[in-house]
Amino acid sequence: MLTILFDGIAYGMLLFILAVGLSVTMGLMNFINLAHGAFAMVGGYITVILMQQFGVPFLLCLPIAFAGAGLLGAILERTLYRPMYTKPHLDQVLFSIGLAFMAVAATDYFMGSQQQIMQLPQWLRGRTEWGIGGPFELGMGHYRLFIIAVCAALTVGLQYILAQTRFGSRLRASVDDARVAAGLGIHVNVVFAATFAVGSGLAGLGGALGAEVLGLDPTFPLKFMVYFLIVVAVGGTSSITGPLLAALLLGVADVAGKYYVPKLGAFIVYSLMLVILLWRPQGLFVRKGGQ
Amino acid sequence: MKAMQDSLLAPSRIKLWEPALWLLAFAAPWVLPGHALIVNEIAIVALFAVSLDLILGYAGVVSLGHAAFFGFGAYTAALFAKLVMPDPVTGLLVGMAGATLLGAFCSLTILRGSDLTRLMVTLGMALILLELANKLDWLTGGSDGLQGVVMGPVLGRFEFDLMGQTAAWYSLSVLLVLFVLARRWVHSPMGATVKAVRDNPLRAMAIGIAVQRRLAVVYTLAAGVAGAAGALLAQTSGFASLDVFALDRSADVMLMLVIGGVGWLYGGVLGAVVFKLLHDVISGITPQYWTFWIGLFLVVLVLVGRERLRKPWTGWGKPKAPGESV
Repeated sequence: MLTILFDGIAYGMLLFILAVGLSVTMGLMNFINLAHGAFAMVGGYITVILMQQFGVPFLLCLPIAFAGAGLLGAILERTLYRPMYTKPHLDQVLFSIGLAFMAVAATDYFMGSQQQIMQLPQWLRGRTEWGIGGPFELGMGHYRLFIIAVCAALTVGLQYILAQTRFGSRLRASVDDARVAAGLGIHVNVVFAATFAVGSGLAGLGGALGAEVLGLDPTFPLKFMVYFLIVVAVGGTSSITGPLLAALLLGVADVAGKYYVPKLGAFIVYSLMLVILLWRPQGLFVRKGGQ
Repeated sequence: MKAMQDSLLAPSRIKLWEPALWLLAFAAPWVLPGHALIVNEIAIVALFAVSLDLILGYAGVVSLGHAAFFGFGAYTAALFAKLVMPDPVTGLLVGMAGATLLGAFCSLTILRGSDLTRLMVTLGMALILLELANKLDWLTGGSDGLQGVVMGPVLGRFEFDLMGQTAAWYSLSVLLVLFVLARRWVHSPMGATVKAVRDNPLRAMAIGIAVQRRLAVVYTLAAGVAGAAGALLAQTSGFASLDVFALDRSADVMLMLVIGGVGWLYGGVLGAVVFKLLHDVISGITPQYWTFWIGLFLVVLVLVGRERLRKPWTGWGKPKAPGESV
């Protein structure tokens, strides 16, 4: 039981890192970006290629995946995304789903449609058993432990940046009301471009970390789009603790659901989301006010 | 007074080209018997696109899960034919009734929240139904699809043939009937209030329109029409599989509607024709990477502007100042 909880938390942490960029950009520009998973896929493929073909160590691959996906995000933001902010939501949905389709087909063309296998370094394989047996036995895969550690460190870092630094307060001001923030002399566009790049980079990092757990093939952006959107829709877009809790809830519910009632599969997750959204249409953890 | 009445009623008048268009459509399976199957397919997706137009174009609800009703209608009709009776018209009505009931239930879920919430709720509904159809394999056949559906003759007289001519005429007739009803409905006073809700919910509420009730009604009606399209697919192919619920189907139908033009019932029909023909041509050249070109098309379409596709001569003047339309 504890093992399932542990796996669920690892899964949830991973989802949080993957989706946090989406949540911030969505809150900032009210932009529905269905192509966010494509950045995660880019990070995953960068890692796999570097490790398999160039023998780059795993730990070095992670920052490269972050930088690669972030750079791609920055370029696309400047060129393609920016004209979209003022368009209606239907246009945004069409645009980003088109981008996701292109990413899927292009990856299929260059990399092939098979699932990519990632070779983890020796020290991350293996598993530690803990506890007295029975329902309270805790089995921790080392790699999942690693994921939790990295994601927890990132979360603390993000929270610090958001709550304590000058950039963070500018960002929060822009999310709350972009117009007034611009009136106060904050360059909302620059803040947004930086956030978009970092968010894409985090997605890339998540994709690199998650390649082994989630599986990596060209349909990744569409397969996990729903999960990212659930995290954002349930967690709300005004803080990062909301998406964090939503991601943990989703991770635990998904792993536990698949373990205890495999017959129902993903049914539990979707129903849970539907119920939560009917109960709190703006998300579970949302402050009043804002927009 | 008379002139004003005329100008207000002008859009609801039947134009000269409309009967001609329908005659052409009905002649197509007869003139080109080899292409009757694709005519049938086009008629089905056109009906599906018209139903999406009702909620997206006329009510302004962005939905990524319209396939839920399409698939529900398909499975209901297929199961009805397999377990109860093989008469197509009865099956069609049962499929529509099932989808309408589901739509009435789901309409409760789209009344609150932002566009994102609606997007997620509609998408979630389609995913839940997909999971159900997958896991209830004793009823639906699971991932193998529901096989062994044998249809009786339409109206007891016209057998479905291998060429698909009967199927094409059957689907076209259903499309025509539902299209005329939908056309009548959007030009009725109730349709006008729905458009008012789309344009400005707050003002619509202020002049006494029951916004939520209107949205629920239009969503339910559209669900019934989508169910009819799904039922037609299941009946004319004798098969229902999981892909009727897939996200691709919801995205495709949205694309069709956008190609043809949102908020215009012929937009769905036109888009379906263009999309199906494009699909045929492109997937003939590159069957595997057809989604890439669709994606590119979508991106360019939105960047250039949807309106300019239909009216390329407008809007090339000075660009709007940024932030103007916020």
